[in-house]
Amino acid sequence: MSGAITYVGPSQQTAYVLCADCGTPIEPNGANLCVNCLRNSIDITEGIPKQAAVNFCKGCSRYLAPPTQWVICEMESRELLAICLRKLKGLAKVRLIDAGFIWTEPHSKRLRVKLTIQKEVFSSTILQQIFEVEYIIQGSQCPECTRLAAKNTWRALVQVRQKVDHKRTFLYLEQLILKHNADKDTISVTEVKDGLNFFYATKQHALKMVDFLGAIAPTRSKASEQLISQDIHSSTTNAKLTYSVEIIPICKDDIVCLPIKIARSMSNIAQLTVCHRVGNQIYLIDPVTLTLGDISANVYWRAPFPTLVDITQATEYIVLDIEPTSHPPKTAKGGRFLLADAQVSPVGGSMNSDVIYHTRTHLGAVLKPGDTVLGYMLGSANFNNEAWENLNMSRVPEVILVRKTYPNRRKKSKARAWKLKSMVPSLEGADTIGLGRERAEKNARYRGAGAADQAKAEADYERFLRDIEEDEELRGNLNLFKAQEAGPAEDAMIEDSDVDDEEEDFPEIKVDDLLDEMDNLNIVSLCFAELWLARRRS
Amino acid sequence: MAVRCRFENSSDIGVFASLTNSYCLSSASTGSTNFYSTFEAELGDVIPVIQTSIGGTRIIGRLVAGNRHGLLVPSTTTDQELQHLRNSLPETVALQRIEERLSALGNIIACNDYVALVHPDIDRETEEIIADVLKVEVFRQTVADNVLVGSYCRLSNQGALVHPKTSIQDQDELSSLLQVPLVAGTVNRGSDVLGAGLIVNDWAAFTGLDTTATEISVLEAAFKLGGQDTSKIAGMRETLVEGFA
Repeated sequence: MSGAITYVGPSQQTAYVLCADCGTPIEPNGANLCVNCLRNSIDITEGIPKQAAVNFCKGCSRYLAPPTQWVICEMESRELLAICLRKLKGLAKVRLIDAGFIWTEPHSKRLRVKLTIQKEVFSSTILQQIFEVEYIIQGSQCPECTRLAAKNTWRALVQVRQKVDHKRTFLYLEQLILKHNADKDTISVTEVKDGLNFFYATKQHALKMVDFLGAIAPTRSKASEQLISQDIHSSTTNAKLTYSVEIIPICKDDIVCLPIKIARSMSNIAQLTVCHRVGNQIYLIDPVTLTLGDISANVYWRAPFPTLVDITQATEYIVLDIEPTSHPPKTAKGGRFLLADAQVSPVGGSMNSDVIYHTRTHLGAVLKPGDTVLGYMLGSANFNNEAWENLNMSRVPEVILVRKTYPNRRKKSKARAWKLKSMVPSLEGADTIGLGRERAEKNARYRGAGAADQAKAEADYERFLRDIEEDEELRGNLNLFKAQEAGPAEDAMIEDSDVDDEEEDFPEIKVDDLLDEMDNLNIVSLCFAELWLARRRS
Repeated sequence: MAVRCRFENSSDIGVFASLTNSYCLSSASTGSTNFYSTFEAELGDVIPVIQTSIGGTRIIGRLVAGNRHGLLVPSTTTDQELQHLRNSLPETVALQRIEERLSALGNIIACNDYVALVHPDIDRETEEIIADVLKVEVFRQTVADNVLVGSYCRLSNQGALVHPKTSIQDQDELSSLLQVPLVAGTVNRGSDVLGAGLIVNDWAAFTGLDTTATEISVLEAAFKLGGQDTSKIAGMRETLVEGFA
């Protein structure tokens, strides 16, 4: 019987069978149906939507790449195709062979994509099908644009206040915030009397800002909550949070008359001191003895005291003679301060300009005879200050010098080779506007009554710019940018250096320290960053 | 005449029933009396329709093999079932229990009253029993390279339906062995498991409910049912198609 078993090789010619549905003779396949019947009975595109929506932000021309990314895409680009394909849910269950765009009118808000897919149906029957999916471009707003557009969506507010009558602290703060990118999550900033309000979408962002402020300035903060709505069933609440951050109202180069108790607690420092630096505490120096002291925010807010007199009330003096008090000279802060006896005479055409004051100063390291210096006339001053009134007047120096000035630099009205960025969008052509000026200019334009305000803000801003120019330590904390017309300004600087022999110790800003400007580095930033990188590489 | 039916929502009726020229076996189903009734209505006054189980299972169509002369049941069949079958079957039909490793006899044996195709790997003894009990000539064969000949082809004394992928050479060879005309076809809308979708004898056929009109016309032509011969059907089909086109 084994003879009956013969090996039959793979059959060469297969018989035709009739298609089970229509009876057409076909070569047998897995389903034993002809292609048309198979098509009619099974739709492999089933479960794949034939229409879908793509989200497009009109504000910044970006497409939403789910779940949260927004991407710039060219029409008919690979990136856009990827976004489109990701929108189709059922595509994972079939094999995608080909996909491509069909041209559509750009303004039609439609994208048409031709897809070729394969899928196994029944057993070992693979069906291929070409079909078209239409996408509707739906306008929506990306979170960045929403943040720009919506002005009242904040959840948390940080109120920063400093109760002084100038804006320099806030101008400095603005630059620090810009440098550290601390305004990343800020929805909006408004200016109010004595300070700024920062608005945030979440509590965390606001707390981050409060922490940031605490790290760069001596502050105290207080949180408060306003209940908006409450769900008693799930005990969840919806509240608006406000953080009030107050900065100590003592600035650099102010004179402070310490209350006797505080002076005692600080190793018996003299009550009359100069604030020489403000970090996250205030640093004081006694100009007569070079005794140093510092007051942290905690200590200050336990018993606050006002500043005695600030830099706006300082007057200019000419140094007639200056010499160290002793040999070797007494210094502090690694030679930055040097105790010296100075003879100064007030600048200006007033009738007592020939008066000469003898005073002791901590600025011996920077002053030379012939220099001009800002100082306070205390001999003829009258302050409303409790500590001052209890001071022994015979021990109070007539003049306290605080800062060297460079009047010859100021005479030349030349453009600065550098500029600062601003958080406030510029108004009509003015390229940078500090925080204080914005409000003043608005007032001037809309009410017609803010001319004085504006002048004051301009003066504050100018003083701030000068501070930057004259103080290298301050400059190190900030980002300075090249001004647009930097070329001519540089030339002018070179000419100046020939003429200005008397002020060669001016702490010049080096062009190398300036940064190339990258304007509006927020939404369209990708393009700019690429350009910039390309330029750097070439 | 081919009748379409289904067993408890399944179109694979060949699994649950077995049909020969002298008897019909139907599985005893509590939920599907309709199934038994279909056979009873078609065949009841000609041959006995027997409700049974084999080894306690309902898949009797796959487990037994038989023809006019005899019935082979697997070793799993209980004595009680064997007794029931003996009592129900006509006197002339021999009943034999086979001790075969491949116990799904319906899958490995395809037979009519004269010839049987069997799985190439069955015992010699089994082969001899098949020849003796069923009074057939036995050929070890494959259908379209499948060893389960009982699943992939269906024979009657009038004709045969084989797996659709059977090549023309194989068809010729099988046809010469069986001495009946042979057609490649499908049942249950494209299914190639003919043994499961179709049961047939010389004058009746039952197919699954999914079987299409085209398939019925093919199998009626193949098994010469309904009193028409093949050429007539072919001619009629062409006119029909023309008429619809």
